[in-house]
Amino acid sequence: MADYKWPEAEKRKYIGKRISRVDGPLKVSGKAKYAYDTNRPGLLHGKILHAPFANAKILSIDTSAAEKMPGVRVVKIVQGPGSVLQWAGDEIAVVVAVDEATAKDALRAIKIEYERMPHVVNDEDLAAVPTDNKRPTAERTQGEPDKAFTEADVTAEGYYGNAIITHCCLESHGQTIEWTDANNVLIHPSTQGVSVIGNDLAKALEIPAGNVNLKMDFIGGGFGSKFAIDRWGVECAKVSKMAEGKPVKLHLERDAELTIAGSRPSMYAKVKVGAKKDGTLTAWQSEAWGTGGVAGMGAPALPYMLNFQSGVPNYRTKYTSVSTNTAPQRAWRAPSHPQLALITMGALEDLAAALKMDPIEFLRKNINLFAPRAEIYSQELDKAAELANWKANWRPRGEGAPGSTKTVKRGLGVSMHTWGGGGNASNCDVTIYPDGSVDIKSGTQDLGVGTITVLNIVVAETMGIPMEWVKVFIGSNRYPASSASGGSTTVGGISSASRRGSVDALNQLFAKVAPTLGVKPEELEAADGKIRVIANPSKSIAWKEACAKLGSQPITVRGEHKAGNRELSSSGVGGVQIADVSVDIETGIVKMNNFYAVQDCGLVMDLKTAESQVFGAMIMGVTYSLYEERIMDNATGRVLNPNMEFYKLAGAMDIGNFKVHMMTGKGYDERGPVGLGEPPTNSPGAAISNAVANAIGVRVPTLPLTPDKVLAALANKKGGSSNAKI
Amino acid sequence: MQKFEYANATTIQQAVALLGNTWGEAEVLAGGTDLLALMKDYVVAPKRLVNIKDIKELKGITMTANGLRLGSLVTFEEVLDNAAIKRSYPAIWQAVAGVTSPQIRNMGTVGGDLCQRPRCWYYRAGYGILAKDENGKALVPDGDNRYHAILGNEGEAKYVNPSSLAPALISLMAKIKVAGPKGSREIAADQFFVTPKSDNEREYALAPNEIVTDILIPSASGVKTATYEVRQREVLDWPLATASVALKLDGKTVKSAKIALGHVAPVPVDSDAAAKALVGKAVTEDTAEAAGAAAVANARALSRNAYKIQLAKVAVKRAILQAAG
Ligand SMILES: Cc1cc2nc3c(=O)[nH]c(=O)nc-3n(C[C@H](O)[C@H](O)[C@H](O)COP(=O)(O)OP(=O)(O)OC[C@H]3O[C@@H](n4cnc5c(N)ncnc54)[C@H](O)[C@@H]3O)c2cc1C
Repeated sequence: MADYKWPEAEKRKYIGKRISRVDGPLKVSGKAKYAYDTNRPGLLHGKILHAPFANAKILSIDTSAAEKMPGVRVVKIVQGPGSVLQWAGDEIAVVVAVDEATAKDALRAIKIEYERMPHVVNDEDLAAVPTDNKRPTAERTQGEPDKAFTEADVTAEGYYGNAIITHCCLESHGQTIEWTDANNVLIHPSTQGVSVIGNDLAKALEIPAGNVNLKMDFIGGGFGSKFAIDRWGVECAKVSKMAEGKPVKLHLERDAELTIAGSRPSMYAKVKVGAKKDGTLTAWQSEAWGTGGVAGMGAPALPYMLNFQSGVPNYRTKYTSVSTNTAPQRAWRAPSHPQLALITMGALEDLAAALKMDPIEFLRKNINLFAPRAEIYSQELDKAAELANWKANWRPRGEGAPGSTKTVKRGLGVSMHTWGGGGNASNCDVTIYPDGSVDIKSGTQDLGVGTITVLNIVVAETMGIPMEWVKVFIGSNRYPASSASGGSTTVGGISSASRRGSVDALNQLFAKVAPTLGVKPEELEAADGKIRVIANPSKSIAWKEACAKLGSQPITVRGEHKAGNRELSSSGVGGVQIADVSVDIETGIVKMNNFYAVQDCGLVMDLKTAESQVFGAMIMGVTYSLYEERIMDNATGRVLNPNMEFYKLAGAMDIGNFKVHMMTGKGYDERGPVGLGEPPTNSPGAAISNAVANAIGVRVPTLPLTPDKVLAALANKKGGSSNAKI
Repeated sequence: MQKFEYANATTIQQAVALLGNTWGEAEVLAGGTDLLALMKDYVVAPKRLVNIKDIKELKGITMTANGLRLGSLVTFEEVLDNAAIKRSYPAIWQAVAGVTSPQIRNMGTVGGDLCQRPRCWYYRAGYGILAKDENGKALVPDGDNRYHAILGNEGEAKYVNPSSLAPALISLMAKIKVAGPKGSREIAADQFFVTPKSDNEREYALAPNEIVTDILIPSASGVKTATYEVRQREVLDWPLATASVALKLDGKTVKSAKIALGHVAPVPVDSDAAAKALVGKAVTEDTAEAAGAAAVANARALSRNAYKIQLAKVAVKRAILQAAG
């Protein structure tokens, strides 16, 4: 049996080092071509007619005027008379025309009669939601929560939550599709599942799966919203066929992107927590609700991370799923975790404040509740506190951290989080050519996680050759299938598969050169561009010479990682974040000073791209904490801010200073690469909300922490009522 | 975008001759940063665009002892790059600096800033300037009005005037020079903005065939000016409230004051009350605060924008303190 184990730390040349993203120069120079940049000869443009109402039945559609417009090639009805549209933005028809403007003009020429029905588009005010739209799930209880609360020395009650936000991919959803002949389709999509969605398209088109040729070199953001071929993908293929197979480009407009192409569910909760004087948590109670659109939203696992088996015996949780006339939710970078972290870590911070305890002390006191990662969190809390200089900078709630003035209050807040991750199923072909060059092909995608770089690192590390000698090919469904990128599973999967493939290919090469060196293949190793005898490293053969022994036949080996295999990759990580903010108490504006992240992801493959992954999550975190919100209008049922003007994102000057520390070494490396896409996204909401509460002495209940809410919370505080009741 | 005819004017006379007698038939195209977005969204759909960017008389910045002239085609970036404006008219310079997008500043013109259309999300979604649904029901009062007006909102218009430049010009008692087929006239900056009663009217006092040609600002020698914007983000973001002030001091005492607020009402608000509260007093935290309070004494919150009253008050206070510096 070949030995696939990851090399020991002292032997690693690339793994875990700070290596620049190999496709970075292409991206920053604009040479990288995204699906949106695909402009095939003879290109036609598709546009979708979206429902203008949140709940309506189509009575009739008249497309005749649109069809007659010059430049219009196809008008296709997607949902015809009798269809019920359950959210504004739902797809009704597709128009294909010679240019975008003509297609859009033609959409307006389609005449539709609707029967309108009442809609519900907001859920924070649960009392205002009609009973028919509410589905309470069963209450869960353990122990004797009521008794525990009576016996608790201190209790805190609070309200926490966040509105729906969207994925807001900078490259909108869509694709360009053409029929290369009557039965074969070429698609350039923006997708998280290069090896997946082509099969779905083939099925929808009733053609053999192999007839779909899918190519995607780069993707401009997915965050969990680009796993499916989607109705617009299938319709794009159909209208291309109707247009004699000509290439049709159909990407969503920004307003549709923000309205229908993915959203993160809302979650709100009223929470009560109880503790002993010494900080030991004794009881939890929560009443939560939220929506993910028409289908509502499944019950969340509240409280977050707290392992009740190992400590707190008393809890009661209730949940109500709310159905709204809004487009269905999609997995948003760590589904449910950011919301759960906000609710749980917010409530715990309020309890610590009520106890007049330092929240880090409080978490340490209860660290065993965070089994099985108590040790990891404990180390990470130390590191985060050190980075933030917590001892010097933290002050009890409302006292204002050093640097506070009469009008600007500074505060610090902490949060912890977890995520599963771990390698998903992945395949690759590793080829060693007789001239010494090496390549790897895999039907995976680089969502920004560094897929290309990691594959390059693993192959070069394993074969002991410079990274430049390795070529990485991804982004085609004609390459060995790899899973979709989601749930922090890509690096775990592709690194394991490529390690196996590289080791196996190398072993075949060893077999070829062993006779020359007069040893057995298993006595050889590859390092520094040579193949050498382990026991006597001076006895070696240069890589190129070794490969020349292959004659005319390259070695190609399939590397395979099966989902669930835990030899090279495992699951489960922990992280701690500390936010340092300033709040202008006259305007309610929150500014980030510093933001610290300490993160575990098992074995780090590339320190630099790992850190950038965390930076990206922190930027997203600042953005959803302070600015982002999909604003739904009760009267029209439409999204009011489907644009980058009022759907607010942070700019470079808004995010403050970041510091990231990746946990490595013993306790981390031996778990193999786990995954990093989701975890650092989970804590920012809680850490920033806690920091604001620490600064101004009162909880601002919901994200985003906008001036109106901050000022309202301050006004409440003056009036005497505070979120944390003691 | 609806198809349109594109006319390129090279003189003011040509431009005004190409404009129609009713609103909506033709639109003036300056930098296009607002107009093109409106057209792409079918919010305005002119039959003709009249490009004025090739009219030389509309360009250029001149500063003399008597004051400052900005051609209507002067871009925000030109103002930002002008050290003399920064020195002598800080209120103007600061207002322009608040537009933190180089792209918008490079294309957007001062004339266009005054004539840009409101950002009310109901207006931009096609419900008209007075934001009414198919049945004529007003959408703002019961809708999401977090960014809407807190002053001058008694009538049907509830949007806020989007110009950050306007309050600065009002505080400096500027004049807007406009030209039409019969020649030109000057309009005081505080008279330039009007509140329309229907979709067929505009938010400014131009006739459909008039254009803005110049902005004329009297000398600010001896005047202390400042603009303070309450903006949530550093990246391009609409102010939630702004105030521009121009103060003449006699020693420490305020001899005269002109205080204007932006982004809080359908028109920029020239606040006599705030000015009165300040005149005759020394500028202190307290007097500045009192002037802020006076500026919003008549404010009336809609269902969810009460916070803007506080922000407008703070903007006035901070602008005064900044000007008195
Ligand atoms: C996201 C965003 C944020 C912004 N933030 C701010 C801000 O904070 N503060 C602020 O003040 N502005 C802000 N702006 C607006 C920007 O300043 C204006 O779009 C710009 O100044 C308009 O100038 P323009 O030359 O591009 O006008 P255009 O788009 O060409 O024209 C705008 C309107 O004015 C009319 N018009 C233009 N010139 C004349 C003229 N000479 N005579 C008569 N009519 C004319 C046009 O017909 C059109 O109706 C923002 C814009 C965007 C997109």
